Amino acid sequence: MSDIQLEIDGKPVQAKEGMTLLEAAQGAGIAIPTLCHHEKLEPFGGCRLCIVEVEERGWTKLVVSCVFPVKENIVVRTRSEKIDRIRKTILELLMAHAPDSPVLIDLAKEYGADRNRFEKEASFCIHCGLCVRYCAEVKKKHAVGFVDRGIRKEISFIPEIAAKECDSCKECFPLCPTSYLQAAFVLTGSLSFPPPAPKPPSEE
Amino acid sequence: MDNDRIDQIIEKHHGEPSSLIQVLLEIQSENHWLPKAALERVGEKLKVPYTRIQHIATFYKAFSLVPKGRHGIHICMGTACHVRGAGRILDAVQDRTGIKPGETDLDLKFSLETVNCLGCCALGPVMEVDGKAHGKMTPSQSAEVLKTYE
Repeated sequence: MSDIQLEIDGKPVQAKEGMTLLEAAQGAGIAIPTLCHHEKLEPFGGCRLCIVEVEERGWTKLVVSCVFPVKENIVVRTRSEKIDRIRKTILELLMAHAPDSPVLIDLAKEYGADRNRFEKEASFCIHCGLCVRYCAEVKKKHAVGFVDRGIRKEISFIPEIAAKECDSCKECFPLCPTSYLQAAFVLTGSLSFPPPAPKPPSEE
Repeated sequence: MDNDRIDQIIEKHHGEPSSLIQVLLEIQSENHWLPKAALERVGEKLKVPYTRIQHIATFYKAFSLVPKGRHGIHICMGTACHVRGAGRILDAVQDRTGIKPGETDLDLKFSLETVNCLGCCALGPVMEVDGKAHGKMTPSQSAEVLKTYE
């Protein structure tokens, strides 16, 4: 494992080969905003919020730092006018789907994003894939997955598996940035495996 | 579709999880749709989680999770066919079959779909039934063509 030298926001940073830019930056104490990143999970590159500018041999390009491997002698800028503008637009687009997500509201404040810029289409899910990937990679239960694609893509619990596994786990619940996951679970549950009806109060 | 036939198809692909799409395509082409029991069988045999199968089966338009008719009608709505009156062909076919695009009739005779180009614009408007292209259609001709299918 050879060390790789690079520069992030003017700071010289050392990284191991095979690390991603995001990991290198976090190791150096430089914060990059993320939504779909989770240290226990494989990089996903879904939310695009961790986008940064990479300068290499005089050329600059935009890369998604959570899936971009570190390279020798690159110069990385995690904040610039351009980056902030892109992040602002990404946040505004996500907020058309999940306007009340606390995570998004915090980030929107920092980047000056206007939650009402785009017409609302409240699907609540922002497709970060945290629940799907956590269930598959960490818990290996595969109780929740994506269905369909494009604008119709959504998460979907497999009722047979969810009925058995989810009640005792629910570890994906705090990961969800929008609380849509919890809603989807309750909906699946009430349609497919309703909880036993509360017993009527016994008559004394 | 019975489990033996599904097992045969899986056997043909040596039970490789990476052959999932090929297996699903073969089941789709023989059975015209993918019943849940078949998907579960495939998942069990190939050791692929059901969420992934469901993701793939809903991702590609080639797969159908609902029963399809014996004959698939594709009506081209591409630019060339459109200007030559594909809309009227579609109306005629909808009247004749009683189904809208994306639907299948109750006797499982026809499934109707619109497509954006069939690659033979000179023949427009084109209606394709079971892969056979019927070109230069008129609304009355399209009804005649459909009569020949049982």
